[in-house]
Amino acid sequence: MKHIISLLLENESGALSRVAGLFSARGYNIESLTVAPTEDETLSRMTIVTTGSDEIIEQITKQLNKLVDVVKLIDLTEGAHIEREMMLIKVATDGAEQRGEIKRLADIFRGGIVDVTDASYTIQLTGDSDKLDAFISAVSNMNILETVRSGVLGISRGEKGLHL
Amino acid sequence: MELSGAEILVRFLKDEGVEHIFGYPGGAVLHIYDALYTQDDVKHILVRHEQGATHAADGYARATGKPGVVLVTSGPGATNAITGIATAYMDSIPMVVITGQVPTAVIGSDAFQEVDSIGITRPCVKHNFLVKSVDEMAETLKKAFYVATTGRPGPVVVDIPKDITDPNVKVPYTYPETIDMRSYNPVMKGHSGQIKKAVDMILEAKRPMIYTGGGVVLGNASEQLTEFTRTLGYPITQTLMGLGSYPATDKQFIGMLGMHGTYEANMAMHECDTLIAIGARFDDRVTGKIAEFCPNAKIVHVDIDPASISKTVKVDIPIVGDVATVLDEMLQILKSSKTRPDAAALANWWENIEKWRGENCLRYDRNSALIKPQYVVEKLWEVTNGDAIVASDVGQHQMFAAQYYKFDKPNKWLNSGGLGTMGFGLPAGMGAKLAYPDQDVAVVTGEASIQMCIQELGTATQYDLPVKVINLNKRYMGMVRQWQEFFYESRYSHSYMDAIPDFVQLAESYGHVGMRIEKPEDVEGALKEAFAMKDRLVFMDFITDQEENVYPMVAAGKGHHEMHLASDRELA
Repeated sequence: MKHIISLLLENESGALSRVAGLFSARGYNIESLTVAPTEDETLSRMTIVTTGSDEIIEQITKQLNKLVDVVKLIDLTEGAHIEREMMLIKVATDGAEQRGEIKRLADIFRGGIVDVTDASYTIQLTGDSDKLDAFISAVSNMNILETVRSGVLGISRGEKGLHL
Repeated sequence: MELSGAEILVRFLKDEGVEHIFGYPGGAVLHIYDALYTQDDVKHILVRHEQGATHAADGYARATGKPGVVLVTSGPGATNAITGIATAYMDSIPMVVITGQVPTAVIGSDAFQEVDSIGITRPCVKHNFLVKSVDEMAETLKKAFYVATTGRPGPVVVDIPKDITDPNVKVPYTYPETIDMRSYNPVMKGHSGQIKKAVDMILEAKRPMIYTGGGVVLGNASEQLTEFTRTLGYPITQTLMGLGSYPATDKQFIGMLGMHGTYEANMAMHECDTLIAIGARFDDRVTGKIAEFCPNAKIVHVDIDPASISKTVKVDIPIVGDVATVLDEMLQILKSSKTRPDAAALANWWENIEKWRGENCLRYDRNSALIKPQYVVEKLWEVTNGDAIVASDVGQHQMFAAQYYKFDKPNKWLNSGGLGTMGFGLPAGMGAKLAYPDQDVAVVTGEASIQMCIQELGTATQYDLPVKVINLNKRYMGMVRQWQEFFYESRYSHSYMDAIPDFVQLAESYGHVGMRIEKPEDVEGALKEAFAMKDRLVFMDFITDQEENVYPMVAAGKGHHEMHLASDRELA
């Protein structure tokens, strides 16, 4: 099952490689990983999307907690949460009809066209990963030139959260 | 007080109470060596190879419970130390390894003797630090010692670029008495509700089994474990790493468990209804086939590392905490509880165990004209009154030492259990001898293992570390040969060593005493003679039976009940 694990870790060089190294050394999956500093510049917030059985996820969270640089973590999928990912996708456009079709699809998905040339559109989309997947499949009969995805960000709903 | 980075390092070690460090100089650490030169508080032991430094510090730590400290240079100094760091990591040994690094300005430029020590050591340390400024030196070192010695202990590397130790850059120094790390707070006290539940379950047991590991030794909980076990009257087995934390000569001790554990211990594991696991991590050499591990048992697991709990075997009552603290609490509850163990069930259980014990699974041919390695270890135990510190290398001799040297006290048995590092024994024994010059230290080894760190015989000469080397010389890599005999139809592929040195002459050339023992009747006399030479390192080369195997044996991937007892016979 897919899990979104959110971590607060010391904003120090090497912290990222400790996490990445743990996943590769123990053979855990990473579907996506994002990291950036928080409002407190001594802390980074990392969001990892991983898959595995309950036993594996339990080990992943325990092993992550064991890393000295990890201050705190939460498995967002254990409770109500918001999940967002951003995608920039560049599609080749061939004629007015196709340009219209892409524009309509972008509107349906509440995306925006952020760059235009004679031969391409670049669309910006945010949402959960399924929505981005759905957009990719919606334009799959066209010529996709480039896809860039941010990886998942997540936050719990309500008062609950991950803070010191 | 204004000091340079190098001076801060040396002064800090003194303030931290470090008496000995094991090291080897080189370009990146010369400022530090210069600071060491002008003082006597921290004694430096010059090894012959950095691997020896890490094992010696490790042995020192295992014997004393204090962190071992290592100082090596950048590049090859650091890479040579890796095996010893990984060895300590697998067995959770507290160690601080200081590695020199090329100057900050040239890091990343493939400078001479540059290696990414932080990157290379990351998977085999508890944590590591790169010191980026001389102002951070003292605090970083304090963190390193704190992390290495608390919680589940382990090695910590501190990488120090050469410019940080520049003698011309001086900054104020005060010893940081305490340190606060928001991201690192090991749990000490176990959850009281869980502890109560566990005691209830323990008291309900009909066929109980206590199974303990290295955590009891590391957590200084031997006294508590002994009282706990005696209060309950339950059988106890221990892992290779746990030996000594309960007296092996006691009737309730039913031997080591696992691949080369006793028949009674493994059968009792298989048949027990309640397993009390304390400071053990369910290693594959202990559990055998997971699907058949303790098939009828409810399991309590006490460990300081939450990640060790339910890692390979799902447990019923997990308790995260310091083993000594948790056992203290359990004892309190036991003493105030009106419930007692079920005496009739327990008597029945012991009857079964005695029947298994009656198999006498550690028997061997005592009438052989050849020296049996088991016999040497038995005599070693007798000659040293069971009270020596025994450091071992890795292989058959390690298993024989674990099986036949009955350790009654903790911190006496030093061996590389997790990583299985050949070459560990001699330097580890030397580290222990340095800490306890008045105690007998035996290094049980084989002709293959000893050659992996034999250069440390020179260190032993220089610093007068008169350990006794018990070389069980088989002219084969014994354990490799055994597996080849069992699982590869006796195709002894590259497990025979030609051109083995004359160990007697070799020892003598380093200034030690060498002995060669070729007959069983000479074993005891030689051991007595050697241990009587208190101030000499004696290298005893025992020419042993080439074909002896370690029994009992549970083959990898088999259940505890599927043991081979002796070569001529198999149990179902």
